[in-house]
Amino acid sequence: MALLEARNVQKHFGSVEVLKSIDLDVEQGQVVALIGASGSGKTTFLRCINLLEQYDAGSIALDGEVVGFTSDGRRRPLSERRVSAQRARIGMVFQQFNLFPHMTAEQNVMLGLTKVQGKAKDEAATIARHWLDRVGLSERRDHYPYQLSGGQQQRVAIARAVAMSPRLMLFDEATSALDPELVAEVLAVIQDLAKSGMTMLLVSHEMLFVRDVASKVVFMDGGRIAQAGPPEEVFHHPENERLKTFLGRFHGMFGQPV
Amino acid sequence: MLNYNFNWSVIWRNWDKFVDALLLGLGMAVVSLLIGTLIGLLVAYARGAGPRWLRWPAFVYVEFIRNVPLLLLVFFVYFGLPELGIYGLDKVQSFVLTLSLYAGAYMAEVFRAGLASIPRGYAEAARAIGLRPLQRQRYVILPVMFRITLPSITNNLVSLFKDTSLAAAIAVPELTFTARQVNANTFRVMESWLTATALYLFTAYAIAIVLRLVEKRYAVIR
Amino acid sequence: MIFERGHFIYEFWVARFSLLAGLWTTVSTSFLTIVIGSALGLVLGLVLAYGIWPLRFLARFYVDVIRGIPLLVLILFAYYGLALFKISVTPYWAGVIALSAFCVSHVAETVRGAIQSVPAGQDEAAKAIGLPFLKRVRYVILPQALRRVLPPWVNTALEMVKGTTLLSVIGVVELLLASQQAIARNYLILQFYLAATLFYFIVNFAIAQLAAALERRFRRFKY
Ligand SMILES: Nc1ncnc2c1ncn2[C@@H]1O[C@H](COP(=O)(O)OP(=O)(O)O)[C@@H](O)[C@H]1O
Ligand SMILES: [Mg+2]
Repeated sequence: MALLEARNVQKHFGSVEVLKSIDLDVEQGQVVALIGASGSGKTTFLRCINLLEQYDAGSIALDGEVVGFTSDGRRRPLSERRVSAQRARIGMVFQQFNLFPHMTAEQNVMLGLTKVQGKAKDEAATIARHWLDRVGLSERRDHYPYQLSGGQQQRVAIARAVAMSPRLMLFDEATSALDPELVAEVLAVIQDLAKSGMTMLLVSHEMLFVRDVASKVVFMDGGRIAQAGPPEEVFHHPENERLKTFLGRFHGMFGQPV
Repeated sequence: MLNYNFNWSVIWRNWDKFVDALLLGLGMAVVSLLIGTLIGLLVAYARGAGPRWLRWPAFVYVEFIRNVPLLLLVFFVYFGLPELGIYGLDKVQSFVLTLSLYAGAYMAEVFRAGLASIPRGYAEAARAIGLRPLQRQRYVILPVMFRITLPSITNNLVSLFKDTSLAAAIAVPELTFTARQVNANTFRVMESWLTATALYLFTAYAIAIVLRLVEKRYAVIR
Repeated sequence: MIFERGHFIYEFWVARFSLLAGLWTTVSTSFLTIVIGSALGLVLGLVLAYGIWPLRFLARFYVDVIRGIPLLVLILFAYYGLALFKISVTPYWAGVIALSAFCVSHVAETVRGAIQSVPAGQDEAAKAIGLPFLKRVRYVILPQALRRVLPPWVNTALEMVKGTTLLSVIGVVELLLASQQAIARNYLILQFYLAATLFYFIVNFAIAQLAAALERRFRRFKY
């Protein structure tokens, strides 16, 4: 059984079908990268996994447990309590960081530990410091978000998510809102997490990074998965015309003709 | 309602009074808004661009009015002016004078914020095509400022209309005074006050809705 | 001379106890109104922002109706109307009830606006770490919203202080009516009105400046 199993996931906004039928497995310890043109439904898929959106049909299961709905076939939405508990096992990092502006870096990381996991303040603080240290911000733990650069804010956001010891981490274009010179520091942190065995599903437009870090690359097009496989295969033997065009832009970067 | 028997006939019998009262209140509010707009403009310019000796009094005027209860101002003007040797204002005029001064302070704040929010580029563009200072204000800055502040002006008119209820305290026969009178004469408490309430609500929202339409018509894309 | 009948200082001294009593009434009615109005207003604001639709509809109706009626009418309505319900209240409490009802609707609207001005990403980030609804509101949304509530809340509080003068109309002897009663005895119209006016001005202006200073200090947090 894969850690994450998505089966025939569908989602529409009004009359627009945004996810047409997504099937995807993410194994324990695997790093899966979602790529695709903007508007292809990558963000929507991640948000469905974390229940920030309700998917309309199909199922998403984490550790064999359907997220968001009862699995008795009647597909009733779960209670707010159950949903929150499920979300706590999935970490998410947003494009816009979304740090809590009225809390220091450390308080940001501690909030979920104390209020969701019920840990004591001391223990939570120890964990928070550990993770802030891990993302290279031990010096900044008493800073407020407005006192941090974009890259630092995003690293705090990553620490806030991983401190909850999630089973799965979701990254939605974690570096897209950053100035180019700040991208590398955040990618390094993500890569470090990947090496430590964290299971991740990430959306990124940093193709070199994706090729390095991902064990599986999934190309989405128009709300469907058009191609999935190891990075070498997807990047060097694109089956899909759109993917060829898409990768054409990165031609030079891979040093080989696509 | 514990055994309260409504009897609306007293309201119909006094309907003309209610209508006159409503129109009087509305009239006082509109006149006060107009005078207040004039005062507000002058004061806003005085505070923003006036000479130093003018900024101070403008500031004091605005802050004074905004921090003092309107009812006190109403009494002050109504009973105080004759003491100062200024006679000849009847109740309505005295109240409109007060409400105008009151509106002036609030409008000054509205206009000050409006002027401050106009992008510098407008004035520069106006200068670039060769408009003289007064022309820049007349043709560029003021029209933009009025459009920006229209929603606040609407809110102020609605507030002023509700504030005309205070004229009852000096026996101006507007809605509140009339309701109280009908209440006193007929003992129909619910009917009198529900009527006044309904008329205030209706008029307040009617003003808001009509002016929202005007706002839409003149909306600036910003 | 100053200490003669008919001179302001003398008459002020004579009226000192009734003026103080009036001042106390102004303070106590303001305080009660602001406390009751803010507490209930916060609850109603939460209903406006998060309530299920029938509740939200009722709250919206209440807020919009109250805000469309002059405060003076509310006060008179409460004064004459409550008696009909066989609720015997003193003018003082009829006034406090009316002022509070007014304060509630303004605070509620302010709270709703502030809650809805917190970016959606904040709520989503709080969801993503698994915080349930009440904790999201308590730890993430409200702290940010309340910061935004401060300036309009102070404004409403000052409106309430000024609004207590309307209680004079139903015979509550607060500062304005106490001054008028003094005037009725000594005819020092300008002096006593001016004194009351200056008093309100100084107190309200000071509170407003204090709040503005507080607001400037908060501003460094940039949220
Ligand atoms: N809340 C929403 N309401 C309506 N349409 C939406 C909403 N969120 C996303 N969409 C639409 O769904 C499509 C997919 O969006 P998204 O998942 O953000 O794509 P990606 O992340 O791949 O760029 C887009 O066409 C977008 O306009
Ligand atoms: Mg996206």
